[in-house]
Amino acid sequence: MLALVSPALLVILALIVLPVGWLAWQSIYHDGFTLENYRRIFTEDIYWRSFALTFEISLAVTVIALLLGYPVAYLANSVPKGWSILILALVVLPFWTSVLVRAYAWLALLQRTGVINQLLRYLDVISEPLALVHNTFGTVVATVHILLPFMVLPLYATMQKIPGDLMQAGASLGASPSLTFMRVFLPLSLPGVLAGCTMVFVLCLGFYITPELLGGGRTVMVSMLVSRNVELYNQFGAASAVAVVLLLSVLLIFAAVSRFISLDRILGQK
Amino acid sequence: MTKRHFRYGYAVLGGSLGLLATAGIAAAAEQITFVSQGGAYQQAQTVAILDPSAKKLGITINQDSIPDAWPAIKTQVGSGKPIWDVVDTPTGYCLRGGEQGLIEKLDFSKIPNAAAMPETYRSPYSVSYEFYSSVLAYSQKTFPKDAPNSWVDFWDVKKFPGRRALRNHPIATLEAALMADGVAPDKLYPLDVDRAFKKLEEIKPSITVWWTSGAQSAQLLNDGEVDMEMAWNGRVSAVAKEGAKVSFTYNQGILQSTSLCILKGAPNLDTAVKFLNEAVDPVHQANLPLNIDYGPGNPKAFDTGVIKPERAAQLPSEPANAAKQALMSYAWWSSPAGEAAEKRWASFMQK
Repeated sequence: MLALVSPALLVILALIVLPVGWLAWQSIYHDGFTLENYRRIFTEDIYWRSFALTFEISLAVTVIALLLGYPVAYLANSVPKGWSILILALVVLPFWTSVLVRAYAWLALLQRTGVINQLLRYLDVISEPLALVHNTFGTVVATVHILLPFMVLPLYATMQKIPGDLMQAGASLGASPSLTFMRVFLPLSLPGVLAGCTMVFVLCLGFYITPELLGGGRTVMVSMLVSRNVELYNQFGAASAVAVVLLLSVLLIFAAVSRFISLDRILGQK
Repeated sequence: MTKRHFRYGYAVLGGSLGLLATAGIAAAAEQITFVSQGGAYQQAQTVAILDPSAKKLGITINQDSIPDAWPAIKTQVGSGKPIWDVVDTPTGYCLRGGEQGLIEKLDFSKIPNAAAMPETYRSPYSVSYEFYSSVLAYSQKTFPKDAPNSWVDFWDVKKFPGRRALRNHPIATLEAALMADGVAPDKLYPLDVDRAFKKLEEIKPSITVWWTSGAQSAQLLNDGEVDMEMAWNGRVSAVAKEGAKVSFTYNQGILQSTSLCILKGAPNLDTAVKFLNEAVDPVHQANLPLNIDYGPGNPKAFDTGVIKPERAAQLPSEPANAAKQALMSYAWWSSPAGEAAEKRWASFMQK
């Protein structure tokens, strides 16, 4: 058995464990041990503000993705097989387009002379173009779009495992459809909600392209501080330290969530 | 420990590049590896400067390209075995590299072409190679006449209403702010950083986008997303050539350059010095702007007769255009005060 998995383990060791270890090492070692890079993160308020903004954006994206994704997953779960495949295909389709292309597509839609503003002006809904992009709003819209599949798929997988008989049982006991949903379906789908939310939140923490292209320069997320620090301090340690703190926050979130549901449920869909 | 990891990485990279290099050498005894930023820009240099220089000197010039050479310079020299010889990179990196012992100090007695250039066009470690400019660009749709013509105009949101963009970087932006506050282009350095940031706070609410890439600045102007912005002259003229109603002024532009410098311990040091002299030869230099919208690094290029007067008038480093602009001091930007100003930028952006 060990012989069979060892190539895979070696690949993981070479491609993940070693680079991450080297990253962490650099953040504390530069011509001798130093905690300077960490001192900077915890004393200069730009880091604090970026971490706060990153968590705010991630939270907003997660909530919006849940509100949009839950009905989609519910619909895919309740229609006949053929239709549900079509719905899931539509959810997954954008997956095959590069994130960069999708970010630029949103730029074409949202900017001052973009499709949405032109249409609203044509319909006389607005007289001045709305500021839909080059701010946090544009960043959140595009990020939700990109991360939506990570919400819908775990939700759908969980809903699939809720036996349909339970709804019928609820109905036979005289409960209205909305009551059965609230009392039976929703609680049973909660593990999927937690799994989807964790995936979306954690992925969003490290987002770079959407805030960089659609944030107008003002939306400085943590990933952007990483690239800025490489430029500014001429050594990788300053950037590694930011990455390490971000990685630790992600691990903390996983640790907290795993108290409620098992991790392979989030990652492996058992 | 750190160094050892780097060395393994470069052993692999160096090996593969070495193979490429050997494949390229036929009989030439002397060779160098030259690195620039790729794309249309490196192509233009190949035609104007690199191929003619190789022919004249009878050497082989192996080319490589990288968008940002700085990290590679650090790791290559840090490994003790650099594989590059000459690098074309923003002048600030040559200076910073020189101070950190990553770049060779130049002996100008061996580089007569550079020795003949004005002193502000070279440093102990580098020679100006080409010029570009951070200019005030505007939409001619928004401003068919009475266009903004100075940073004072750019800051005047009452007289010149419209959406604005600046670069999300302190370099050139602080200079523009100080000129908007009345500092003369030739009296900018050392920059009064506090005054510059104070002036930037003033315009900040009117800035729609802080752009990060040249492509983005071009797109903003082209799509009418902003009415005026700071942009690099080559980006604006490229958009104008494609038919967009945009223009720019060299008045109060900030004249910036990339320079040639040689890596410390370069494998072909002597040939690299010979090449450096040839690369800033006035005639080769004069051929560069015939292939791309950048000005020659050697001002003597304008005396060769190669550049027609109407073409010269479009170039950032043409003497009359240069006289209207501020010449960026890379020495100031790589000084501790400059580095501190750069660090202050992020916190300015977040507030």
